[in-house]
Amino acid sequence: MEHVLAILVGLFVALGIYLLLSRSVIRMLLGMVVLGNGVNLLIFTAGRLTREIAPIVPDGLSVPAGPIANPLPQALILTAIVIGFAMFSFLLVLAYRAYQTLDADNTDTMRLAEPDNAPNPPLSY
Amino acid sequence: MDGMQQTATIIADWIVVLPLVLALMGAAALVMRRSSTSSAVLAICVVLTIIACEIALLLRVSFAGPLSMTMGNWLPPFGISFAADAFGVVFALTAALVTLAVLVYAQGERASNDGRDGFHALVLLLLAGVTGSFLTGDLFNLYVWFEVMLIASFGLIVLGGSPAQLDGAVKYGFLNFLATTLFLLSLGLIYGLLGTLNMADILRVAPDANPAALTGIAALLLLAFGMKAAAFPLNAWLPASYHTPPVVISALMAGLLTKVGAYALLRVLILLLPSSREVLEPVLVVIAVATLLTAPLGAIAETNLRRALGFLVIGGIGAVVAGIAIGSHTAVAGAGFYIVHAMLTMTALYLVAGLIERMTGETDSRRMGGLYAASAPLSILFFVLMLAAAGVPPLLGFWPKLLLLQAGLEQGDWGGIALVVALILNAVLTLIAVSRLWAHMFWRDGMEGSGAEPQPLVVLSRNEAWLRYGTAGVLTAAVVALGLWPNGLLEIIGTGAFDMIDPSRYVSAVGLAGGTP
Repeated sequence: MEHVLAILVGLFVALGIYLLLSRSVIRMLLGMVVLGNGVNLLIFTAGRLTREIAPIVPDGLSVPAGPIANPLPQALILTAIVIGFAMFSFLLVLAYRAYQTLDADNTDTMRLAEPDNAPNPPLSY
Repeated sequence: MDGMQQTATIIADWIVVLPLVLALMGAAALVMRRSSTSSAVLAICVVLTIIACEIALLLRVSFAGPLSMTMGNWLPPFGISFAADAFGVVFALTAALVTLAVLVYAQGERASNDGRDGFHALVLLLLAGVTGSFLTGDLFNLYVWFEVMLIASFGLIVLGGSPAQLDGAVKYGFLNFLATTLFLLSLGLIYGLLGTLNMADILRVAPDANPAALTGIAALLLLAFGMKAAAFPLNAWLPASYHTPPVVISALMAGLLTKVGAYALLRVLILLLPSSREVLEPVLVVIAVATLLTAPLGAIAETNLRRALGFLVIGGIGAVVAGIAIGSHTAVAGAGFYIVHAMLTMTALYLVAGLIERMTGETDSRRMGGLYAASAPLSILFFVLMLAAAGVPPLLGFWPKLLLLQAGLEQGDWGGIALVVALILNAVLTLIAVSRLWAHMFWRDGMEGSGAEPQPLVVLSRNEAWLRYGTAGVLTAAVVALGLWPNGLLEIIGTGAFDMIDPSRYVSAVGLAGGTP
């Protein structure tokens, strides 16, 4: 099962990077989402998959009786999802504001901070 | 109950997390305030308390060695550890001092502003993220603090919302979010390989792990942190964004953010994965040399004052990477010292640049001139700081470069020699870039092509002049004083470097020294 998920993670990351290479800000945003989900899936897989054995310590014992599903990756992923969603929402609003203000969805035409036709630096010392 | 801690944490150990708790609670209190007249006062008081805590923490760490605290009564590999060693505490203290200077300076600029835009809350949140990154002992927790820092910096960089800021923020936002995602990716791989994310626990289990896999992960971490730190091929976002927000925000970001990336690189490659660092050494040498040489060339070609300073920030990262590439005790001490120097000097330079921009009303050095006649104190401040940035003795920037040069010569192979040559060339090129800026802005009679006509300058109000000159002057005085009497700082940084190379004190402080859990 891990192998199938590993291939899936590879596909997610490849698709995310492909979208990030685009010049369109919206495609880049989608790329970030896909990449982020690929990474979350990777953490899930890295914790190894165990089916149908809940990580509950029985009464009277201080350690679980046998092998259990790993509960830690879920905590990590939950944190990562929340953070990733906050970042995504910020970037989405930012992209919208940039589109409104700069009238540009294409990163090549966003040249306000770094003007395209900057004059040569002065030669004097 | 094997994994549980039976006794309560000693009250005195709470000091490890107190700076963070204060910063986060301060930020929350500021967000909830309805009237905002005194938000600046509250923010400054919080930062002063944080500084007091960190001084106490520094004293304890320098006498008793690294200190740690683990959350929620779980013993270390299970609970989240905070671990303060000399490096982390010195950097956190410097960051808090820089933040204090920026907050006071901002009062000069923002006197007319009602402060409802959340500036002070975001600054405290940024400080919380930075301090957390310096003091945490857990890699996933480091990721969380990186994101706290990132979201606060997102908020700060668009504050005011001018079109250029939005443009810069898009580039800053995407590349930094990508860098933290790559960091998270490598965390997943570390967890899959080692089964732990606690730094002290990683130190325990990493020697038995597959070295090839670990080196691959180290390379991925180098990519992620290199992007955060703006090392050579991944630095395009910094000069594209750092000059767009108001100058106080630029100063804070230039002083703190890239250094956290450099610190994370130091922590991971020197402390956690030293054998992978040896494999990656040629790559690190190439990155360091390229960063050291290209950054000042960028500054020479740039006429926009703050963009030129942005390139100098990048150059400093090259020096830190050079220290990591050499990896000896002297080199690590040099890299750590350089981080302290860069935080103080770069913030001070940006604050002085803010004064220049305010008085001339321009951002482009071609349209400035004759400032020497108009304001001698300003020209002295800029002059001292530019020499410090280039590493001229006896200022602060000289000592870390001396340590790095010594370490490079001690190593003696092609990598060490290449780094020594690059460090010297970097100093020369930086000096050319900044002295040319100084000559244009201060020495030239008037703006470019205007002949001898001096430029009309904005006259600052008394209050504003005091606050702005005062903070820039105090930071500059600190740069001079620490350069003249560097012994105390050198000693602490030396201890920090020792703990980085030989982590036994660090591991036993976290509580993982004896046997297996």
